Amino acid sequence: MSLLNDLVNLNLCDVTEKVIAEYIWIGGSGMDMRSKARTLPGPESDPSRLPKWNYDGSSTEQATGDNSEVIICPQAIFRDPFRRGRNMLVMCDAYAPTGDPIPTNKRFNADKIFSHPDVIAEEPWYGIEQEYTLFQKDTKWPLGWPVGGFPAPQGPYYCGVGSDKAFGRDIVDAHYKACLFAGIDISGINGEVMPGQWEFQVGPVTGISSGDQVWMARYILERITEIAGAVLSFDPKPVLGDWNGAGAHTNYSTKSMRNDGGINVINEAIEKLSKRHKEHIAAYGKGNERRLTGLHETADINTFSWGVANRGASVRVGRDTEKEGKGYFEDRRPSSNMDPYVVTSMIAETTILWKP
Amino acid sequence: MSLINNFIKFDLNETTRKSIAEYLWIGGSGKDLRSKARTLPEPVTDPAKLPLWNFDGSSTDQAPGDDSEVILRPQAVFRDPFRGGSNILVMCDTYTPAGYPIPTNKRFNADKIFNHPDVAAEEPWFGIEQEYTLLQKDTRWPLGWPVGGFPGPQGPYYCGVGADKSFGRDIVDAHYKACLYAGINISGINGEVMPAQWEFQVGPATGISAGDQLWVARYILERITEIAGVVLSFDPKPIPGDWNGAGAHTNYSTKSMRNDGGINVIRKAIEKLGLRHKQHIAAYGEGNDRRLTGRHETADINSFSWGVANRGASIRVGRDTEKAGKGYFEDRRPASNMDPYVVTSMIAETTILWKP
Repeated sequence: MSLLNDLVNLNLCDVTEKVIAEYIWIGGSGMDMRSKARTLPGPESDPSRLPKWNYDGSSTEQATGDNSEVIICPQAIFRDPFRRGRNMLVMCDAYAPTGDPIPTNKRFNADKIFSHPDVIAEEPWYGIEQEYTLFQKDTKWPLGWPVGGFPAPQGPYYCGVGSDKAFGRDIVDAHYKACLFAGIDISGINGEVMPGQWEFQVGPVTGISSGDQVWMARYILERITEIAGAVLSFDPKPVLGDWNGAGAHTNYSTKSMRNDGGINVINEAIEKLSKRHKEHIAAYGKGNERRLTGLHETADINTFSWGVANRGASVRVGRDTEKEGKGYFEDRRPSSNMDPYVVTSMIAETTILWKP
Repeated sequence: MSLINNFIKFDLNETTRKSIAEYLWIGGSGKDLRSKARTLPEPVTDPAKLPLWNFDGSSTDQAPGDDSEVILRPQAVFRDPFRGGSNILVMCDTYTPAGYPIPTNKRFNADKIFNHPDVAAEEPWFGIEQEYTLLQKDTRWPLGWPVGGFPGPQGPYYCGVGADKSFGRDIVDAHYKACLYAGINISGINGEVMPAQWEFQVGPATGISAGDQLWVARYILERITEIAGVVLSFDPKPIPGDWNGAGAHTNYSTKSMRNDGGINVIRKAIEKLGLRHKQHIAAYGEGNDRRLTGRHETADINSFSWGVANRGASIRVGRDTEKAGKGYFEDRRPASNMDPYVVTSMIAETTILWKP
């Protein structure tokens, strides 16, 4: 295996100017990621100067066989932690040959919202806490759990350390550094309440870039679990019973919220969110009703609530923010399988553009 | 797996000034260690320059769910032997949002004692001999022991060498170098009397630093056993019967004891300890009654005794100290699961501040 690794790690910088670009897009389910690579004549740092490409949409449920080409447009570039050198990962979105975004392209609409002058003026920041669960490849049972049985109840695992409390740390730590290398604003990691469940945070990132970075971080995690031989799951309630679900809490602030008197802007924003609770919930991830039960540090899916330092509420305001009279708040409703383009742009739209 | 290891060992210095800080704290049981990581904009070595942080205390039995934030205050910084580079481990203690130490925060009170001018003037040194047992992960039976049975009786294992006498040395040796790398004053290691039981020593360290260093050394050991797939136990009597328990003998001296005539100061100190035997025992670790039986190189838990070179006494004075008329003594009573903040500060308080 080490001979193969030597080849995978070959440094091409000395022999050629050519670089490899891995084009990445979101597939037909809205959750599956796809990618393929091409050779470029030289390094590039501006996505608008990269060539558009296309793929067989009939193989990803995004086009019909008789009209199968789907165009992918480069939108964001990151350094490739797997190929290193000057090679790159390219986050793309998908269009019909006519130039219209295909239905699963949620970035297009998000970009429109983030390009609205009122939204731009507010410089919306996002910090997304992506939770996920690792599974054993052949049994589809969580990593570290005894097959046919359960580990001891939740308690020791949150931020836990030790072979009986933390399962899969090498994947998490490898992902942390790989993301930093790639240029993603990964701000931290921690072990979660359910054993085999972990979290990483991306942010604060402005506007559309938040979605780009979270999707790219998810892609890198899929590649790393692929190397490790573990299965990655973004299901919001992977194991039924007294086991926590997985969410994607979204921390949010605008320029007005970060300035003096921001706490009032925050209160108004939360009020607007409460009036569109059903619409947001519908867009916050499939299967969320299995997770948002009111137990396990969630708020019940049917009720909107908010509170300071309250992890059982839909929206949580931190004590720091309350004390300083400005800051940010946390929308705890999105599930781990949410689309960050949809969630981030919807929060901006409701709180900045929407009039009740 | 070596590809994953490549990521874990990435030297980020080539691509970014960012560094990773792993914040460590003691959880709700007073014995469980927890940690999570965050990205810093650049390398930091001074704990006073690190930001305060917080965690979900409702997940570690340290706060209720509707008011869950617990504040982490950095107190000591060490190099991270797992991430390398400029990345750090940060030992923290815990506070309510209002700024009060939470009940499990034993460091706060210890720090007050060590800052007392009379104590500071005496420069109290501590050398702690941390014993521990390694257990097989799935059976919880000691490492190297036949499942469903026992190894040959104690005798060959103390400082032993060979596949039938020494179980788990790779963990012990990895830990030794990892601690030295981290900047911990680890002074030695040895195999213990019970097979699969080991000891490392931290010291001499002055005042509060002894507790900081021992807790971080314990954390590093938990991380290493996690990598090795072995369970770490600090139980003071892991196997009942004719098998040694595990202690945390605490060697101690003050400036006066180390100077000429110190032997008299030592005698007075031991006398004071004898008058507060019950109070010390109550603070010297849970389950110590199973270990301090009077057999297996321990003194009975109910009686206080001391002697030169006597391993069956509560307190042992070394022959060197007796001969030189100055030096240090060894409190053999603390159990392996003791809290070093509590034990070190209590010894200082009783011997320096307390008046009978």
